[in-house]
Amino acid sequence: MERQNIVVRFCGDSGDGMQLTGNMFASLSAILGDEISTLPDFPAEIRAPQGTLSGVSGFQVNLGQGVHTPGDKADVLVAMNAAALKVCVLGSAFAVPGARYDAGVSMLKRDAVIIVDMDALSEKDLEKALYKTDNPFTELGLPETIQVVPVRLTQMTKESLSESGMDMKAILKSRNMFALGLVCWLFDRPIDKAVHFLEGKFKKKPQLIAPNVKVLTDGYHYGQNLALTVNRIRLTTCQEAESAKGHMTSIAGNKATAWGLIAAAENAGKRLFLGSYPITPATDIMHELAARKDMGVMVVQAEDEIAGVCTAIGASFAGDLACTSTSGPGLSLKGEAIGLAVMAELPLVVIDVQRGGPSTGLPTKTEQTDLLQAMYGRNGECPAVVLAASTPADCFHYAYEACRLALEHMTPVLLLSDTYLANGTSLWRIPTLAELPAIHPQGVPSEMKGHYNPALRDERGVRYWAYPGMEGYEHRNMGLERDSERGTISTNPENHQLMVQARQSKIARIADELPLLHVEGNEHSDTLLVGWGSTRGHLLAAADEVGCAAVCFNYINPLPRNTAEVLGRYKRVIVCELNSGQFAAVLRAHIPGLKLEQVNAVSGQPFQVEHIVEQLIR
Amino acid sequence: MEAQQYKSDQYVRFCPGCGDHAILMALTKAMASLGIPTHQTAVISGIGCSSRMPHYLATYGFNTIHGRGGAIATGVKTSHPELTVWQMSGDGDCLAIGGNHFIHEIRRNVNLNICLFNNRIYGLTKGQYSPTSPKGFVSKSSPYGTVERPFIPAELVLGARGTFFARTLDVDMPTSVDCMVAAAKHKGAAVVECLVNCVIFNNGAHSLIADRETRADRTIILRHGEKMLFGKDKEKGLALDYSSGVIPRLTVVAADDERVLVHNAREKDPTLHRMLALMDGEAGLPVALGVIRAVEEETYDEAVNRQIEEVRSQAKAKTFDELTQTLERF
Repeated sequence: MERQNIVVRFCGDSGDGMQLTGNMFASLSAILGDEISTLPDFPAEIRAPQGTLSGVSGFQVNLGQGVHTPGDKADVLVAMNAAALKVCVLGSAFAVPGARYDAGVSMLKRDAVIIVDMDALSEKDLEKALYKTDNPFTELGLPETIQVVPVRLTQMTKESLSESGMDMKAILKSRNMFALGLVCWLFDRPIDKAVHFLEGKFKKKPQLIAPNVKVLTDGYHYGQNLALTVNRIRLTTCQEAESAKGHMTSIAGNKATAWGLIAAAENAGKRLFLGSYPITPATDIMHELAARKDMGVMVVQAEDEIAGVCTAIGASFAGDLACTSTSGPGLSLKGEAIGLAVMAELPLVVIDVQRGGPSTGLPTKTEQTDLLQAMYGRNGECPAVVLAASTPADCFHYAYEACRLALEHMTPVLLLSDTYLANGTSLWRIPTLAELPAIHPQGVPSEMKGHYNPALRDERGVRYWAYPGMEGYEHRNMGLERDSERGTISTNPENHQLMVQARQSKIARIADELPLLHVEGNEHSDTLLVGWGSTRGHLLAAADEVGCAAVCFNYINPLPRNTAEVLGRYKRVIVCELNSGQFAAVLRAHIPGLKLEQVNAVSGQPFQVEHIVEQLIR
Repeated sequence: MEAQQYKSDQYVRFCPGCGDHAILMALTKAMASLGIPTHQTAVISGIGCSSRMPHYLATYGFNTIHGRGGAIATGVKTSHPELTVWQMSGDGDCLAIGGNHFIHEIRRNVNLNICLFNNRIYGLTKGQYSPTSPKGFVSKSSPYGTVERPFIPAELVLGARGTFFARTLDVDMPTSVDCMVAAAKHKGAAVVECLVNCVIFNNGAHSLIADRETRADRTIILRHGEKMLFGKDKEKGLALDYSSGVIPRLTVVAADDERVLVHNAREKDPTLHRMLALMDGEAGLPVALGVIRAVEEETYDEAVNRQIEEVRSQAKAKTFDELTQTLERF
């Protein structure tokens, strides 16, 4: 069987190693030249009760060509236990008792293949997953078009490692490698590369390499020898990838974000400083940067979110490229301090990896619900630059861009990512530093020595930047309003009006140097799908399917110069976003009289392409 | 350098008679005596009367937001340990809204010089009780007297494992200058509690010890290596009294009593420092001024920067292009 692209879902208990298995499989596919898009989907609990519906952890990958999203539904499911089988077939851990397969809500396509560990379907397992009968397949109402491949994963893993000397707990933890070996066979993936990955993964625990490699290889051979009664699937390989061969890697959004900051600091000739506080799903950015002391990165794990941004503001005041990383609740806490950076006109990069809200909400799920908070969530008239990344890989680009704009325009820049981008992976073409746009941090002319004050601006309206250590530029910065000429405290009403406008127009003017909007898909259609940030892939896929145009915004404030013109060209303009209409509200405010339709979802999950298409046709 | 050179051209807007005037004077004198150039000095503050201080100094200054001066100063000093960084804060800014940052900058031992202006009142918001107002204190927000128990700043500092604590009184210029100079020379988070009077909303906040007639009897100025003597003619001394049970208590004895203690600010065990700092002028025990504790320990800013240098000196990849070479490439 040959396919253009295929969606594989690995699903098991949160301790079953599904994220590792999925990530390895995705990387193996990328090595072969496949495009990949991945979606980790795990519970908030570190270890929920074993075998229960709430403890199910999934990892979905779409691989092949024309891959825009991790896929709405899976072609192949690897289910490690009864709970995983149920959650995937019914589409959720919260299905009503007695629910049966429904193609509309199931995570599986009608013609999917399910590889399931038969040893994990014992009476006790079924009970924990709240089955009512002893036949899960009948109970779940699987249609005949779905092929079930029963495999005794547990038993064979035990046999594979019977002479390893490992204890039973450790042996059972290797079940995922048997499954991975089997799937590698099914998709004709190179097993030697998988072995290579395992060696890297267990560098610090070398005694685990050999047993894991053995289980993996046995899984592969199991498929080969028994010639499982399922067709092997061959993907047509991507020819375009050839040109970039040797320059590609797969990267997760949070890592790409961290590396974008590192690259920007080096190109700007600045020390990178991160002040941060652990918060899901942003913490991996701090982890990555804390490990990058070799790059000279300074990370302060602060006592709270406020101190995270405030230490960064201190570093910025002292002349560094300063950043803070957080998620929605943390952004709420940082609001006042971001206002200080706006008022003091200091460069600052704030990364908000959005999650389900409000309040603690859904910490491990994805949403685009912080847009208005990023735009307006501060006291006073408080404009800042707002950007949004679209793919895990382009988190690198927009993190770099956030630093460039902050340093060149003396402003806080908020970069919106989300759970979907943060934990998902995509292919990344590895750049060299020289290929990236130059960054020219704002400085101060030497003739101002002895006469400098913090209100002095260049012709772009950008304040000059002098910082401690520079002799002859001593000054006092502050969160109080300053006199537009002398830079000292002022409560003069005309001055305040002037300063409000100066801060506003400084940001507005940045639009002059931003790339114009670029319409994708069938641009001659009369219908335009509009999105921003991480929904780009879903929008393009939906536009392809119905033959309409799509445009995805990465610059939210200021908006690209041609926004009104592009949106004005289409009869139907449909704003699709994972909130109740926040970007639509921004567009309506920006373009008076604009008629918009909306497609919204706030379920904590990425869009389903199908859902967008249905709304379009309706 | 002269003290005058550390003053900015800004008109000082503290109320006439406010204790902050004296602290500003002491600070510029201390800066002059230290001789660190204005461009190598950064003064960070939060919000409150005391937080206006940076505007009146010719150094780099940053008057930030309420309570966050400590976190911002931590960022300045950690990223640029070569700078001398002062933090100006009040009892509300530092101990209420900024309490978390205060204990953590001390716990980390960031090499900062922290002036904590304690007037036991919120002045800039016009007269509410603060975390250091005594129980029963009548203010605009406690018209029937506050029912809250106050903080004793020294206890917080020691509880956060502070390495330096000094206390001074606005009207005692020499002690103020001495404490600030010692704080600046101390490697680590150095807290100088400045007892200041608020003439408008809490006049006489420290009159028990500030009055000229009684000051000598109600305060003791501690100096490392010197006997703990006080009184007009240094006729009294402090000693430990073991008679009341297992825990010894400080007691007043004659100056020539052989039990008179010699002050050791460098003692790592904070027990005696705490007893000295808790003397409140009641029961005949004087309020301790001067440097009560000064213990050297590695500073956060030093340690963070050293760790980066160590990792870098052994790293194979030190640039972005070298880093990307370590990636699995397809």
